[in-house]
Amino acid sequence: MLLLRVFALMAAMLLFAGVGHAQAIEPMPFANHAQELRFQHLVRELRCPMCQDETLEDSNAPIARDLRNQVFRLMQQGKSDQEIKQFLVARYSDYILYDPPLKPGTWLLWFGPLLILLGGAGVVLVAIRKRKRHGIEAMTVSDSTDNGEDW
Amino acid sequence: MSRLLPLLGFLALMALFGAGVWWNAYHDPTSIPTPLLNKQAPAFNLPKLYEPTQTVSKADLLGQPYLLNVFASWCIECGVEHPVLEAAAPTLGVKLVGYNYKDAPADAKAWLAAHGSPYALLIADESGRTAIDFGVYGAPESFLIDAKGVIRYKHIGPITPDVMATKVKPAIAAMLKEAP
Repeated sequence: MLLLRVFALMAAMLLFAGVGHAQAIEPMPFANHAQELRFQHLVRELRCPMCQDETLEDSNAPIARDLRNQVFRLMQQGKSDQEIKQFLVARYSDYILYDPPLKPGTWLLWFGPLLILLGGAGVVLVAIRKRKRHGIEAMTVSDSTDNGEDW
Repeated sequence: MSRLLPLLGFLALMALFGAGVWWNAYHDPTSIPTPLLNKQAPAFNLPKLYEPTQTVSKADLLGQPYLLNVFASWCIECGVEHPVLEAAAPTLGVKLVGYNYKDAPADAKAWLAAHGSPYALLIADESGRTAIDFGVYGAPESFLIDAKGVIRYKHIGPITPDVMATKVKPAIAAMLKEAP
């Protein structure tokens, strides 16, 4: 009986989760299906400035609703995706984009992981060369004693 | 030396962690720097809160600097900021303009009646559409706009007594010194 109640509760929660998502985007008078798909793709690439871990599509914040309406209005005016993004970046900076643009200020962000990878490769290379110089025999001997590499 | 490596690695991670904690203590990672700083404020034309048939445009306000304070009756932090603005308004040195954001005019008027109004002028943006041009994404936000219509300073979040003394007033003083 209890189990049944728990299941009923879970089902209700699932149902309401679905409802919540459906409400995040209120129906808009799209001219055609292609335009609707374009809109949905665009709002998924834009970040809600109020709740920065959500896209404009997901967010229920009033500002996200306003910006979705703004994106819709700009689309009706015949603006391209690039123009719409530029419109928002001019007002809300790059923060509005989920995909940060490549520019001097974001080099570390884009190439940082590569730098760390190269650094790691460097450390491995040095370690291998060191071992080669010491020779395999020396390694086996030193391995039994404490050479400081026991970590 | 190689014996010390793990310790050094650990200390490096500790330093990184400490730097992160320190940075977040003094910076709000969620506040978005406005790209409009030191640029012309966007043009606007909004109705007055108390006389909705009259509108105020950016051009109307040119010629003297003002602090544009974005507020709303539904905004809890605006209540925190309100006494600070009331106390500072007479000695601010610039006109304090209230920008009522996404609010029902009746609610805004009731809120101002209850809390008092430090504003010399009140304009209303009920739809929030003009606010998008200002890059507003919440309330309260404040813009210091000079006599030529350039945004000189922006504060996101409530103006606490500390923010008023260390940020807003120095920004106003610097602006007035430059163009008295």
